Amino acid sequence: MTPTRSETDNLLLRLWRNQESRAVIIQIVTMAILFAFIALIARNIVINLAAVGKEFSFNFLMWPAAYDITFSPFIEYTNQSTHLRAATVGALNTLLVAFFGIILASILGFTLGILRLSSNWLVNRIAYVFLEFMRNVPVLIHILALYSLIVVLLPPAKKAINIGDGTFFLSNRGFYVPSPVFESGAGIVGVVLIIAIVCVIGFKRWAKKVQNETGKIYPVFWISTAVIVGTTGIAFLATGMPLSWDMPVLKGFNFKGGMALKPEFLALWLALSYYTACFIAEIVRAGILAVSHGQTEAARAMGLRPNRTLQLIVIPQALRVIVPPLCSQYLNLTKNSSLAIAIGYMDITATLGGISLMQTGREMETMMIVMGFYLVISLTISAFMNWFNQRIKLTER
Amino acid sequence: MGAQTTKQYAPGTHPDLPPPVRTTGPIAWMRINLFSSPLNIALTIASVWILWSIVPGILDWVVFNAVWSATDRKDCWGQMAAARDGACWAFIRGSFKLFLYGWYPEDQRWRPNLCFVLFLVAVVGVLRENMPGKKYWLWYAVAFPFIAAWLLVGGFGLPPVSTNKFGGILLTVVIGVTGIAFSLPIGILLALGRRSNLPTLRTVCVVFIEFIRGVPLITLLFVASTMLTYFLPPGSTFDLLMRVLIMVTLFSSAYIAEVVRGGLQGLPSGQYEAANSLGLTYWRAHQLIILPQALKISIPGIVNTFIGLYKDSVLVLIIGMMDILGLGRARLNDADWLGLAPELYLFIALFFFICCFSMARYSLNLEKRLETEHRR
Repeated sequence: MTPTRSETDNLLLRLWRNQESRAVIIQIVTMAILFAFIALIARNIVINLAAVGKEFSFNFLMWPAAYDITFSPFIEYTNQSTHLRAATVGALNTLLVAFFGIILASILGFTLGILRLSSNWLVNRIAYVFLEFMRNVPVLIHILALYSLIVVLLPPAKKAINIGDGTFFLSNRGFYVPSPVFESGAGIVGVVLIIAIVCVIGFKRWAKKVQNETGKIYPVFWISTAVIVGTTGIAFLATGMPLSWDMPVLKGFNFKGGMALKPEFLALWLALSYYTACFIAEIVRAGILAVSHGQTEAARAMGLRPNRTLQLIVIPQALRVIVPPLCSQYLNLTKNSSLAIAIGYMDITATLGGISLMQTGREMETMMIVMGFYLVISLTISAFMNWFNQRIKLTER
Repeated sequence: MGAQTTKQYAPGTHPDLPPPVRTTGPIAWMRINLFSSPLNIALTIASVWILWSIVPGILDWVVFNAVWSATDRKDCWGQMAAARDGACWAFIRGSFKLFLYGWYPEDQRWRPNLCFVLFLVAVVGVLRENMPGKKYWLWYAVAFPFIAAWLLVGGFGLPPVSTNKFGGILLTVVIGVTGIAFSLPIGILLALGRRSNLPTLRTVCVVFIEFIRGVPLITLLFVASTMLTYFLPPGSTFDLLMRVLIMVTLFSSAYIAEVVRGGLQGLPSGQYEAANSLGLTYWRAHQLIILPQALKISIPGIVNTFIGLYKDSVLVLIIGMMDILGLGRARLNDADWLGLAPELYLFIALFFFICCFSMARYSLNLEKRLETEHRR
């Protein structure tokens, strides 16, 4: 120790060399820097907002939005509606494309993953080339390319491609399908369907209990299918078939009636689905390969048939590997749906984060809501994933 | 068993058995790999049919019927048997310089070219195995982004070039390489912070990582383009490209952090304990023992994140920056080349495919190389 050092210096040095007090010092410094940073930004925001004469409030949400949204399948929307309503429409559209995207991506992804595992060399190679090409190209290019293919290369409505003799029409205005019209009595059928599903769930539990206790196996799948289809079918016939189809018909330059899948929705939905499916395929493949061959052999040695081996041994173990990355792919799909803005599909980024932002000039407030919306979705999916991981965790001794 | 007849042969009188089924050669290969079961036969036939009906059409359009030089689209389509019969690559050829450099001044284009050469040298120097003087190559790679920034932006003796002149592939590569170069160190620090024993440090890192991973990149880019100036001291402003680079780097560093955390968790705790028992400090232990192993485990994830970042760089189109996709779309509105979207998107898709696929292949190669050292 040199005599020139003061006592305080010494104390600080001593504190720094002690592991516990150093931890406290580092944390205090972290907090100090963090709060100073936040305070600085808050001060800058206040000054900058005052300089341009803006205030921070959410009351702009109640102002009329004054812009049109062409695609609002769930709630009424006119250009007299509020920004809040526009945001709701956007949020619902995001959820809609995410929901259908997740379903289609899962189907495609599992199919591609299984094709990729095929012992058939040709199938295997085709799947490989397709997957590698699709997943190494940005999803935005997929979306834009698909959209321009639909809009530029498909015929106009007058020359629409007719599939199924006047039932489905494919044109550059979108894909037109018949929409179901429910008449009185359809409610009863719905109730019967729900009751049937509840009964089947109860039956499944009971059958499992019986199997655990006595070893007797019921053909659960076939009985359940028969119950659901049978009761619903009988109810449907008994109420006098309360369902008709509204067919799309060409009137003038466009179709009337039916349900329209707009080009924007189609392009976004399909592009997101097959792009995500490529990643899901790799996950599925890795998951199935992760189940060691000894497991299958052991199952065969116990006399399980190939179907039961797959169902009872391979899939449950593969799922443990597959589900966590699968969830983050679902999350990616939902976040990527924000690219809708590039082709004019009105999701929440395009309505609230796009047009509302430009019209009201409330960058801060709109972006806070949009980011909050995506954060809620991702935290929900993360929570589900954690719950699932807990449930299927390997119980080791 | 009853129906089976057994014939007795005197020794040496048994007729020759048929030769065993061949297991080598092209015919055997086809039998094993293409026609091993009824399902496989059906799949093979279906695949051949699909290839037969798709590939010739694509090849015709892309190569055989394509037109390589023309003045505009009418001229292009005039040279074909029928309009749109083939690709009009003349469009891409005519705009190629623009797609490459954007509006970078013509007389200064040696600077991006030099940058690209220096970049290739850095990549080869760092990635090639058994390169002599590995340490100096690493230092050079660390210095490269700064040299490149000086060369591209100018100043200090070079005429300055405004960053809004950057465009096309140049801009895409600038965003991609900057993001890759800076997100790895930041990501590693975030991962260490997330695994730290200090609650406040950990909380800050967790909140940051989860927030960034929970929102789409496009919203962060909106923040960069519209409201980041509110966060800065009054009167100060900085370049849009700079703001975008910061956001992209932060975005991918949060993902890198999660990948590296996976690698850190994958290490057996004995490694930490061994490092501690040797009396190494936190940083020395991480530098010498923990990180080399953890990073090795996380190579595939890190490279996947890099590929994702590189692909995500096209999103800057949405906030109005003219990267390769933005420029291409602007050219599509040119009256001469209206409606040539398929050619444009195929060209850009191929560009990204080549970049990303080679990154992915290199990572596989690296994985294998590092793995063999530990195979017993």
